Amino acid sequence: MPDDIAIKVSGVSKNFVLPHERVSSIKGAFTNLYKKKDRTTETQHALRDIDFEVKKGEFFGIVGRNGSGKSTLLKILAGIYQPTLGQIRTQGKLVPFIELGVGFNPELTGRENVYLNGAMLGFSEKEVDAMYDDIVEFAELERFMDQKLKNYSSGMQVRLAFSLATRSEADILLVDEVLAVGDADFQRKCFSYFKKLKADKKTVIFVTHDMNAVREYCDRAMLIDKSEVQKMGSAQDIAREYALLFMDKASDHAKKGDGKRWGNGDAKVEKVTVKVGKEIGVDLDIAIERPVGRLIYGLHIMSEDSVEVTAMNNRMIQAPDVADLKAGDKLTVHWKVLNVFNDGNYTVMVTLIDDLANTLDWFVRAGSFQVRRTDRSTTAILPPISVSYSLKGKHKRNDDES
Amino acid sequence: MSTNVKRIMQRYRYSVILLRQLVKTDFKLRYQGSFLGYLWSLLRPLFMFVILYLVFTVFLPTSKDIPHKAVYLFLGIVLWNYFGEVTTGSVGAILGKGDLLRKINFPKYVVILAVTASAVINLLLNSIIVAIFMIFNHVSISWNAFLIIPLLGELLVLAIGLSFFLSALFVRFRDVSYIWDVLMQAGFYATPILYSLTQIATVHHKVAQALILNPMAQIIQDARYVLVTPTNATIHTLYVGKAWVWSVPVGLTVLIAVVGSLYFRSRSKSFAEEA
Repeated sequence: MPDDIAIKVSGVSKNFVLPHERVSSIKGAFTNLYKKKDRTTETQHALRDIDFEVKKGEFFGIVGRNGSGKSTLLKILAGIYQPTLGQIRTQGKLVPFIELGVGFNPELTGRENVYLNGAMLGFSEKEVDAMYDDIVEFAELERFMDQKLKNYSSGMQVRLAFSLATRSEADILLVDEVLAVGDADFQRKCFSYFKKLKADKKTVIFVTHDMNAVREYCDRAMLIDKSEVQKMGSAQDIAREYALLFMDKASDHAKKGDGKRWGNGDAKVEKVTVKVGKEIGVDLDIAIERPVGRLIYGLHIMSEDSVEVTAMNNRMIQAPDVADLKAGDKLTVHWKVLNVFNDGNYTVMVTLIDDLANTLDWFVRAGSFQVRRTDRSTTAILPPISVSYSLKGKHKRNDDES
Repeated sequence: MSTNVKRIMQRYRYSVILLRQLVKTDFKLRYQGSFLGYLWSLLRPLFMFVILYLVFTVFLPTSKDIPHKAVYLFLGIVLWNYFGEVTTGSVGAILGKGDLLRKINFPKYVVILAVTASAVINLLLNSIIVAIFMIFNHVSISWNAFLIIPLLGELLVLAIGLSFFLSALFVRFRDVSYIWDVLMQAGFYATPILYSLTQIATVHHKVAQALILNPMAQIIQDARYVLVTPTNATIHTLYVGKAWVWSVPVGLTVLIAVVGSLYFRSRSKSFAEEA
């Protein structure tokens, strides 16, 4: 294996044999010996022929839907599962973080758990002694270390576990969605730890659903779907490919109209048309079923990871309510939003309420659209920005002379 | 070459660190919340001895043939309890650590060693009580007493070997724990712990000869021979002139240890999936 490769995975497959009737008693094993024909097993192909290499110092993302096999792959990389076929070769010390705080025992104090979890990470007591104060300080738990872990809040537990995890001296780290837990403050700590890993040129294999994190940290990424590698490439490409998996689903929902939707039905959105250009145009055909005094209409745009990029209704932009609607009226509404959206997939939510705060129609996945850009950034939107400056000074400048 | 040596050292180091913490945790948790705490480790065997003494020397002074009856019984029970603690504790040990197995990759044998180490600590504490009462009972101690060390070694190997086998088997077949409970019950009576093998030998010599082939019987009787009563029936007194018979229980012990460890090793890779 070349020196610059940290992990080489060649032809790895993993099958789980699931007996339909699990034999876990000796009687079962004996009776099954006699009626072998009845014993049916189902082989689940969790991974099929996975090949990839991760270079030393690379931040490598693995993305995929739930059940795609990415966690199984991570466990195989960590040596927890054995591959059915193929092999994995690693160079350097590998530390997996399938979960934070492995081995934590709620009956022990925070202090005792530091030593226990430290041992799981491979630290001797002496080594933990030396870094104990730093660990506690980083976790901001100085006053709680002699309390039992069961009396900690979940946030405190995660902080302690994370503080320990950041201490591990690995060449290769396997990280499984630890970012999914914790509050904003904790996530910020996670991100700065990631930045440090990147700066230290550690090899990191990162399994996640968070495409923003993939775009921001990963040098390369791999998309796993249906137990196979679907695509490997730059973080940007993979993040987009991943979003496409959901895109199809989201627009399917919208077409069938089976997205989340509720309301009293006094007015109903019958058709949603989304056009993408210099502006995002959202046209709504609304049928009025029962008289409505004043109709307030809203539009929300959500990014692929369900972050509300923008939300507005007619009152917020000083547009008039629609008044005195009669049953049988047909109303059309045309929204126009300047297309400042970054490369990605978005869903549209439309809302109809009246001035008495009754919800008439609240349509979560009413439509979707896709924005393709080459001038991508890591932020959610790209508003038109211009900048200029003026400068005043006493001494003469070169450019003044020319 | 040197990197290979380093790697082996590294792996070994991790096992030791892990073992230490697992044993410590177990010890901390065992007496947590109890008023007397660790003291119970000494008080339990002490009370057991007092009960044995009251029952078998004060109220039921049977079989006068055994000198230092209470110490004699106590030693047998301590050794049997150690064996029971290791094996029964180990049966479910791997499955009990399922949570850990699914999250990190560590040498699985450490789990069994941790159970063993906890039991060894208990055995040592019990030995203190044994020693105290040997002195109180004026048991005469000879140089033979040092032979207890290889005997304890044999017991250790036997218990670990069985534990490896049972714990690995239990991951597949959950009946194992119940079967082992029954076997332990039967074993308790098949082993001359509460009754005198010497007496059995006078009535049914063949039965006594058969019983002593069980490694536990051989270990307990030999231990009593070297520590308490040199008149005790052992494998040597039951098979006079056939010193080779001694190799049967010892051979069984080695066989169990080898088969148990190999089975454990071959199965340990799939523990994470099955546990």
